[in-house]
Amino acid sequence: MKTENQKGWFFILPVMLLVAFNALVPLMTVVNYSVQETFGNNVFFWHGVGWFEDVLHSERFHAALGRQLLFTGTILAIEVPLGVAIALAMPKKGPWVPVCLVLMALPLLIPWNVVGAMWNIFALPDIGLLGRMINGMGIDYNMTQQPWAAWFTVILMDVWHWTSLVVLLAYAGLIAIPDAYYQAAKIDGAGPWAVFRHIQLPKMKKVLTIAVLLRFMDSFMIYTEPFVLTGGGPGNSTTFLSIDLVKIALGQFDLGPAAAMSLIYFVITLLVSWVFYTVMTRDEAQ
Amino acid sequence: MAKIGLKALRHSYHPNPQAEADWALRRIDLDWDDGGAYALLGPSGCGKTTLLNIISGLVVPTEGRVLFDERDVTALPPDQRHIAQVFQFPVIYDTMSVYDNLAFPLRNRGVAEDRVDARVREIAEMLELSDMLKTRAAGLAADSKQKISLGRGLVRDDVNVIMFDEPLTVIDPHLKWKLRSKLKELHQKVRVTMIYVTHDQTEALTFADQVVVMQEGEIVQIGSPVELFERPAHTFVGHFIGSPGMNVLPCEVRDGGAFFRGHHVQVGEGVGHTSGARRLEIGVRPEYVSFAESGIPAAVVKVADAGRHRIVELSADGSRIHLLAPAGGAIPEGAVHVRFDPARTRVYADGWLAGREDAR
Repeated sequence: MKTENQKGWFFILPVMLLVAFNALVPLMTVVNYSVQETFGNNVFFWHGVGWFEDVLHSERFHAALGRQLLFTGTILAIEVPLGVAIALAMPKKGPWVPVCLVLMALPLLIPWNVVGAMWNIFALPDIGLLGRMINGMGIDYNMTQQPWAAWFTVILMDVWHWTSLVVLLAYAGLIAIPDAYYQAAKIDGAGPWAVFRHIQLPKMKKVLTIAVLLRFMDSFMIYTEPFVLTGGGPGNSTTFLSIDLVKIALGQFDLGPAAAMSLIYFVITLLVSWVFYTVMTRDEAQ
Repeated sequence: MAKIGLKALRHSYHPNPQAEADWALRRIDLDWDDGGAYALLGPSGCGKTTLLNIISGLVVPTEGRVLFDERDVTALPPDQRHIAQVFQFPVIYDTMSVYDNLAFPLRNRGVAEDRVDARVREIAEMLELSDMLKTRAAGLAADSKQKISLGRGLVRDDVNVIMFDEPLTVIDPHLKWKLRSKLKELHQKVRVTMIYVTHDQTEALTFADQVVVMQEGEIVQIGSPVELFERPAHTFVGHFIGSPGMNVLPCEVRDGGAFFRGHHVQVGEGVGHTSGARRLEIGVRPEYVSFAESGIPAAVVKVADAGRHRIVELSADGSRIHLLAPAGGAIPEGAVHVRFDPARTRVYADGWLAGREDAR
């Protein structure tokens, strides 16, 4: 017995309303701003795709996007292999497991602006532990003046803050591997590298896909920590996309270009995530 | 290929075993011939998997020695024992093709690629995997995956023994039978010593030339399937093997005869030495119980149809007796008499076949 009717829609109506209010409606205001020009007094003029063209041709946007890609690429290249390595080194059972897990989870529990503030003080060349140490080794290090030092600190901070996430996900994937796989590999004469390459890595692939996606999206939209740490400086050297966006939207109050930029930003994030996901799950689709 | 000897094996998972119950394996002495097909049969938790892992080297026994061809391998890790194992859940290398899966153990051992190719094709042919060599192993059905696990053992020519740890658990029933006969056929072809662990009597009895029945960390009987069926050395074996299992009825022994509830029961091998036994029982399989004009009085309680025969449940003075009646024949109702085939009826003292010192 199957009756054809449209009652099913009522069940998803609450969700649709919720999504509408927390996502679609705010997004539509942004779309609205992105195609109009205003001179105040709530008077708007149609501007077409003008703002989009401006943003796409702006050198400032290109530079911020370039820095953003470099930053995200660097932290992914460090955090994913490092996270996997730490997960592999963690004990699989015994009393040290909870200790390791808690230690690993600690950085994830610290509010983002606190992380920025902590590292700001930590990296101060005169009183910060890290800053004093690096200078003590004979390296001239001043995060507030040297772009390389600012980059170094921002990346170190992100690695410290977020590698744990990769560790925990990779660890979850690792402990889910049945013992029989390791026993079979032993019997088949596989060395540690072959075990990693043919058992551990394939079994971690699903969680690593999630880890890479999460780390990509989060780092691509990173704002609070570098904003508190460097404020985007020295100069514009650590001004990432979201920092630039806030400068344009709230600093200069250029709502049109800012709206256009956020939409482009959004599309890039979506597109890259989609590419990541498609590539990483390609094998299973076959 | 090798002869396997287990000498005075004891194993406990406790660091400091005290009580008898702390031992997962109480005492195991076994000698297995080269090229035989053996089964370890017993209920869950009887220690059969522990014993298997000791032979494969995944577990080091607390006491005793493991010998391969008289060579002590107790301390050797699995990869140096030259063994192969098929696990309960199929272990395959997901990212590799069937071909690469089969080639993996050889490549790890640095075998030349042309030799690898020849061996892989030969074994794939044997296992009927030839047409899927290029397929990725991950997407295959469980029975093909188990064949691949087995194939990884068969490709190597240094294998002393292939072990199976309940390998048909995840296989669909209609494929179980096929794979089981395939295993038997393979054994006859390659003649490698094979050890098969299972709690399924059908699997053990069809696969093995010799079955080792285990209970609570001890071997209760070693024998061919026929011996286990016809002459169980322990009431546990009688009960565990056969469907329904052997009837075990309380009895007393006096004047050199066995009596069940006051009725004299003729027993084939005599009553043996039963003095000092705390518990005396008669064991007779339902196959050897029949209706008779006179004998032990009983009442029919229930009749269950099992296809080729019917299982009749009787009650005799408080004891339950199963009887196998051929399908189609008339089953008397109410008060009846049954007799036991004397040649197949035996006395058990404290569970063990009475009067036979070697039964233990």
